Amino acid sequence: MSISATPSDAATRPDDYSPERHVYEPHRAGMPKFGPYVRQLWHRRSFLWELSRSNLRTANQNTALGQLWLVLNPLLLGAVYFLLVNILRGGEHPDNFFPHLLAGLFAYYFVSGSMTAGARSVTSGGRLILNTAFPRLLLPLSSTLTAFLRFLPTLVVYAVVHVVNGVDVGPHLLLAVPMIVELALFAAGAAFLVATLHVYFRDTAAFLPYFVRIWLYLSPVLYFPEQMYDRLGALSYVNPLYFLLGGWTEVLVEGTIPSATMLLGGAAWSVGLFVIGATFLVSREREFAVRL
Amino acid sequence: MLSVSELQARRGVYEPAISVENLSVTYRVAIDRKQTLRSAAKRLGRRQRLVKEVHALKDVSFSVSPGAVMGIVGANGAGKSTLMRAVAGILPPSKGRIVVNGRVSTLLALGVGFNGALSGRENILLGGLAAGLSRRQIEQRFEAIADFTGLDIDILERPMRTYSSGQYSRVAFAVAVHMEPDVLIVDEALSAGDAKFKKRAEAKMRELVVEDSSRTVLLVTHGLATIQKMCNEAIWLHEGRLMKHGQPGHVTRDYMKFMAVQESEATALEDI
Repeated sequence: MSISATPSDAATRPDDYSPERHVYEPHRAGMPKFGPYVRQLWHRRSFLWELSRSNLRTANQNTALGQLWLVLNPLLLGAVYFLLVNILRGGEHPDNFFPHLLAGLFAYYFVSGSMTAGARSVTSGGRLILNTAFPRLLLPLSSTLTAFLRFLPTLVVYAVVHVVNGVDVGPHLLLAVPMIVELALFAAGAAFLVATLHVYFRDTAAFLPYFVRIWLYLSPVLYFPEQMYDRLGALSYVNPLYFLLGGWTEVLVEGTIPSATMLLGGAAWSVGLFVIGATFLVSREREFAVRL
Repeated sequence: MLSVSELQARRGVYEPAISVENLSVTYRVAIDRKQTLRSAAKRLGRRQRLVKEVHALKDVSFSVSPGAVMGIVGANGAGKSTLMRAVAGILPPSKGRIVVNGRVSTLLALGVGFNGALSGRENILLGGLAAGLSRRQIEQRFEAIADFTGLDIDILERPMRTYSSGQYSRVAFAVAVHMEPDVLIVDEALSAGDAKFKKRAEAKMRELVVEDSSRTVLLVTHGLATIQKMCNEAIWLHEGRLMKHGQPGHVTRDYMKFMAVQESEATALEDI
């Protein structure tokens, strides 16, 4: 689909018509033109925002504690895993383990939350898809944005633990920002991928919780990235979260500038998955209306 | 509304608001109720595909001038809804080309993409944003929309899952007609609501199509009298093919003859 406004059309259409022009041509496996697609995305940005906000608003609408769950959830989660690791290790844990655990866990739940919500974003958008023409990429993208909005209050929780534990505070923490950008790109790419898969294979979303649980154990959350590398060596690089979560906790907890391996490895994985996921979804999205 | 001769005079002046050239829409539907990994794996060895090709539209061409109100008639399964969705840009053409000039708003059979957990007001905002309006444009229209639904403002603040189906379709109708579209696509959506609302919907449609002669409307309905009353052009689809394109009176007459429906019965079936 493309929309353009050419002045020469103005003479041949009634004065009060909007200058929009839509051309629909077959492109089953092909991609729509990049420029107009991105313009459409940009044009719908307030829809993206509103959809994410309403997802967030309706999630805890009927609970007694309401939006307080946004902070309670991550705290309880951190407590559960801290207890688990403590029992498994007989009460011994390295310095700064709790901040590391929380930082990793919250970032991990940002990525996995984007995936689990993203999986059903297209299929549950049924009526919207059947009746309105808009770039479908917006649906999983709004799941990522929702997950990000949930991630923000957890950063506050983390900040408190960070200070209480006496972890270094300094300008190096600004380097967390590029890591968040990488995490966000990765989370969005993963959401695009599973959202499209779920249209074709409706058990994708049912498999996802198990996948997410296993992936958590395989990522440097319950242990430090060095421990992972010591055991697995270069095999660690297969897991994108080795770079993404590793770099993230390096900056926050260890207070070091993330190594080039972490930064570049993370960038390669996140940009790669974002591009692949977006291409996959966009090349398939015109078929969604008949698949729902 | 433009008369048939006025409409014909327009053809030379304006480029078509909608032009459909050799449009075919074919899609595959899965016969499995749901596509799962399991069933895909089971089929893998057998090269057997549990899909059916649906040729919803076959080589359909027509164009609609600005200001035309085109009625579309046809039996169930004729491809009417597919044509509407293709013109709205929701379904991709398999062959051919569609060009639409102007802003499009749709009122399709399934209603607007409403989220039951959100209030009517929030859904109106969300639906409008998805359709490409800006927040300001929607806020400007909100009062008119709310007014038109005839629902109390506290009903509009309630989650939509508490709505009755009639209230639901009132909101859908109100949103679609207040988008100020250049091209309005209406698919059998006028039968919603109680007698009072039906009357209001009909009046609004009349205002949109009769008093404003520049708006282009595609109207799918089984009410043939509506087509004769409201449209200045009509097409008849049958099993995906364009059977006839012409004046509403001629098209509906041929269609009725084909369907062997008496005129008196047709008016009894009237339901706009």
